Amino acid sequence: MSDMAVDMGRRRPFVVRHPSVLIFLAALALFTVGVTILAEGFGIGVISTSFVKTLGKTLCLCLVALAMDLVWGYCGILSLGHMAFFGIGGYAIGMWLMYARTELIVIESLAAAPLPPTPQEISDGIATQIFGVVGASEFPAVWAFAHSLPLQLAAVVLVPGLLALVFGWLAFRSRVTGVYLSILTQAMTLALSLYLFQNDSGLRGNNGLSGLQNLPGLDQVPQSVVSMWFFWASALALGLGYVLSAWVVSGRFGSVIRAIRDDEARVRFLGYPVEAFKLFIFTLTAIIAGIAGALYYPQAGIINPAEIAPIASIYLAVWVAIGGRGRLYGAVIGAAFVSLLSTWFTGGQAPDVNLGFYTISWVDWWTVLLGLSFVAVTLLAPKGIGGLIDLLTDRVSPDRHGADLGPEPGALREKEADR
Amino acid sequence: MSTLLEVSGVSKTFDGFKAINNLSFRIGRRELRAVIGPNGAGKTTFMDIVTGKTRPDSGTVLYGDKGQSLLAMSESRIAQAGIGRKFQRPTVFEDQTVRENLTMALDGSRGPFAVLWSRATREAAHRVAELAGEIGLDGTLDRKAGELSHGQKQWLEIGMLLAQNPKLLLVDEPAAGMTPAEREHTTDILVEAAKTRAVVVVEHDMEFVRRLNCKVTVLHEGSVLAEGSIDHVTADEKVIEVYLGR
Repeated sequence: MSDMAVDMGRRRPFVVRHPSVLIFLAALALFTVGVTILAEGFGIGVISTSFVKTLGKTLCLCLVALAMDLVWGYCGILSLGHMAFFGIGGYAIGMWLMYARTELIVIESLAAAPLPPTPQEISDGIATQIFGVVGASEFPAVWAFAHSLPLQLAAVVLVPGLLALVFGWLAFRSRVTGVYLSILTQAMTLALSLYLFQNDSGLRGNNGLSGLQNLPGLDQVPQSVVSMWFFWASALALGLGYVLSAWVVSGRFGSVIRAIRDDEARVRFLGYPVEAFKLFIFTLTAIIAGIAGALYYPQAGIINPAEIAPIASIYLAVWVAIGGRGRLYGAVIGAAFVSLLSTWFTGGQAPDVNLGFYTISWVDWWTVLLGLSFVAVTLLAPKGIGGLIDLLTDRVSPDRHGADLGPEPGALREKEADR
Repeated sequence: MSTLLEVSGVSKTFDGFKAINNLSFRIGRRELRAVIGPNGAGKTTFMDIVTGKTRPDSGTVLYGDKGQSLLAMSESRIAQAGIGRKFQRPTVFEDQTVRENLTMALDGSRGPFAVLWSRATREAAHRVAELAGEIGLDGTLDRKAGELSHGQKQWLEIGMLLAQNPKLLLVDEPAAGMTPAEREHTTDILVEAAKTRAVVVVEHDMEFVRRLNCKVTVLHEGSVLAEGSIDHVTADEKVIEVYLGR
């Protein structure tokens, strides 16, 4: 019987064997089509462009939450630094966007001059435009590839990947685990954000990179259309990321990383190189986070070092915890639910509560509410919002694969059992 | 009989306490061996040293045909070389099914990329079903390991060790907390396993050791006190004094 199951498993496609993936993809497709129809760019215009951007950004946050769930929910590494990788992805794409657009502007303004500009004049012009704000006029070394889109796209994947590889190798090799590892990852993201805050870091200090919503050479395309392009790209990335994550956590690899989460010493005695598995997951999720960031910041329009402050990574953990860690859709639900709710509360749309003696203004009190709900979820509903799905599936009779229902051999079979 | 594992002159001190004191031990390729001794005799430390969890202060541990030293190898490398270990308290992955537990333990590739690309094969499924039969868990393959009884978990862990197809099996108190019937089944599994490989059983329970019907090594204060048949060691005066007499 088990042979048959394996045979059938081999013939059926991956998504069929994992129905939750199919359901997720269908829901995502429906959502994408729905927003397309309702948005200004190509549809009837019920949804504003700025809300399309919010939704697109939310999809990117769902993608990075997925990465967080892989590394924390499945592999048990509570990384509090994944938003650093997200930010690096954003900086990498932001550098090209800013460079290429400034280049066009500089060329245009120099075209009016009597002599055609030399390449050096153009380069100096771009540098002055970009770095004037931090009192510099020369390109720092990190901008060496900023003129090339393919190279900066490569950096979106390679820089977070390499940073995670080196950091993870050092940390895992020394068998740093648990809360100590979390503190190390916090230190990493804090150090990175403090470094970027400096004006001479070469990335415009606390000004960050701005104007990222404008695609170079496409000024005539309205934002309502550009926003849809990024929305589709984010939806596609989330869909692909979901399938990739589902594939990674299925089968023996998934078994091993969940086993590492539950008892890593035991996994070592089974002969698996635990550190190599952790490093693989840590690096893979850093790359996913980098890609998510590269899609997020052109929609946000601006990136600055505050985005990779430690608190951002803690929020990420909170989303995954509230959504339900250890299940992929839980991470997506948590990120979408909490970040949209956060937009609503902090955007001033939530009505203030007047208690007579004190008025609760949600812009200030939202973080308190979020903190309390995090504590409540951790204590009362560790499975998070995703746990609600269990309430539904548990109503259907459990699959006992034909085994006895009761302790007696030949006792009631599930078909006969009274539900 | 050729030697599979040879431990010689090994010592290990923890904060001034000599857990292992100039211990020497050897076991053949197809041998069942019981190791007994009072608490603190160094039984668990001995296993920790062989499996790479603890590094000894001095001495050598040689293993296999080429007399490879285990002291420089990591836990996972030692496991890959064919040394399996069962812990005192059953440590199975409770959140995963019996099938997943056994599949994970099956011998085969262990690196992350190889594991990621590996797909379920008919042979693997067959082997898992066969193992489940051997350890009496055939009906429970799709149940979570956490739902099993204490005795079943012990068997599952032994099954996972057999799945690794080790050349040397180290088993720590397999019969602890088992019913008499479960003990009997455990004895059978171990005796059967020792027909094709070396098995070292650490046990407190004299009756259980007697039923294994094998050579016995008595440890005391980190070194070997006596070695021989169960009747031989139980007649030894030193053994009676430190262990049986109490």
